[in-house]
Amino acid sequence: MNLYHFASPSTFYHLAGKLIPWFAWGAGILTLWGLYIGFFQAPTDFQQSEAYRIIFIHVPAAWMSMFIYLVMAFWGAIGLAFNTRLSFMMARALAPTGAMFTFVALWTGAWWGKPMWGAWWVWDARLTSELILLFLYVGIIALWAAIDDIKRGDRAGSLLTLIGAINVPIIYFSVKWWNTLHQGASVSLTKAPSMAAIMLQGMLVMAFAAWFYTIAVALVRVRRIILERERHTDWAKAILAED
Amino acid sequence: MEWASWSDFWKMGGYGLYVWGSYGVTAACVLIEVILLRRSAGDTRRRLKRMQQWEEE
Repeated sequence: MNLYHFASPSTFYHLAGKLIPWFAWGAGILTLWGLYIGFFQAPTDFQQSEAYRIIFIHVPAAWMSMFIYLVMAFWGAIGLAFNTRLSFMMARALAPTGAMFTFVALWTGAWWGKPMWGAWWVWDARLTSELILLFLYVGIIALWAAIDDIKRGDRAGSLLTLIGAINVPIIYFSVKWWNTLHQGASVSLTKAPSMAAIMLQGMLVMAFAAWFYTIAVALVRVRRIILERERHTDWAKAILAED
Repeated sequence: MEWASWSDFWKMGGYGLYVWGSYGVTAACVLIEVILLRRSAGDTRRRLKRMQQWEEE
């Protein structure tokens, strides 16, 4: 099997169409499972009582906000380096969902901060850098929307994505580098997680749910972008003529 | 199980506003994204068909 085969927009269009229902159903089932763990299996926290249950969306959303950005930067870099059409389309398809998760991370953070810190918002390094991430997403989407020429837009948007990628390690390490009100990482690759196993399990299931959701939504979007850009080709004409 | 009753569940130990404020808005964001995506499905096809027709003329 040749991997380049799937890099052709027409093949990928059909492959994506087959994958979407699996990821959509997977996201739904994982969400129900994650919520069940989060609300009915995870115990009350001895310090934060029930308020900590916001963690089951806050942390997965924050992870996704950074990860989607890195994936966009990856596709942007591939597109700029090899001029592959599909990579730019993937970057464009991911951006709105990345922005949505960034907003959710900030929103749930505010509603967690209020009862725990006594403030909806503080200008601490973690919160500020995450807010900058939201501005980056919005800026990139606006840039794409503003440039009519597809190729120029692709390149400009990807360049901005790559420059902004410096912000992601800043978000991630902000709690180490600066003295922040935001707590440090509860889960890291280097040490054992500082939370109960069942809480961690709930968080991971919700993170997988967010992944499946993102893939499903991004595939729906990328199919439309493919169809739009390939509308002059015979296969796209055939699809558009179907209904 | 942590909850003695449903009202206990909705109260979330006194943090109900914050917990449901977080979950509610997250659910709304996801729903809005899905609804917008579904709504625009037909629009995209119609728009592309129109573009095709113009370009062929």
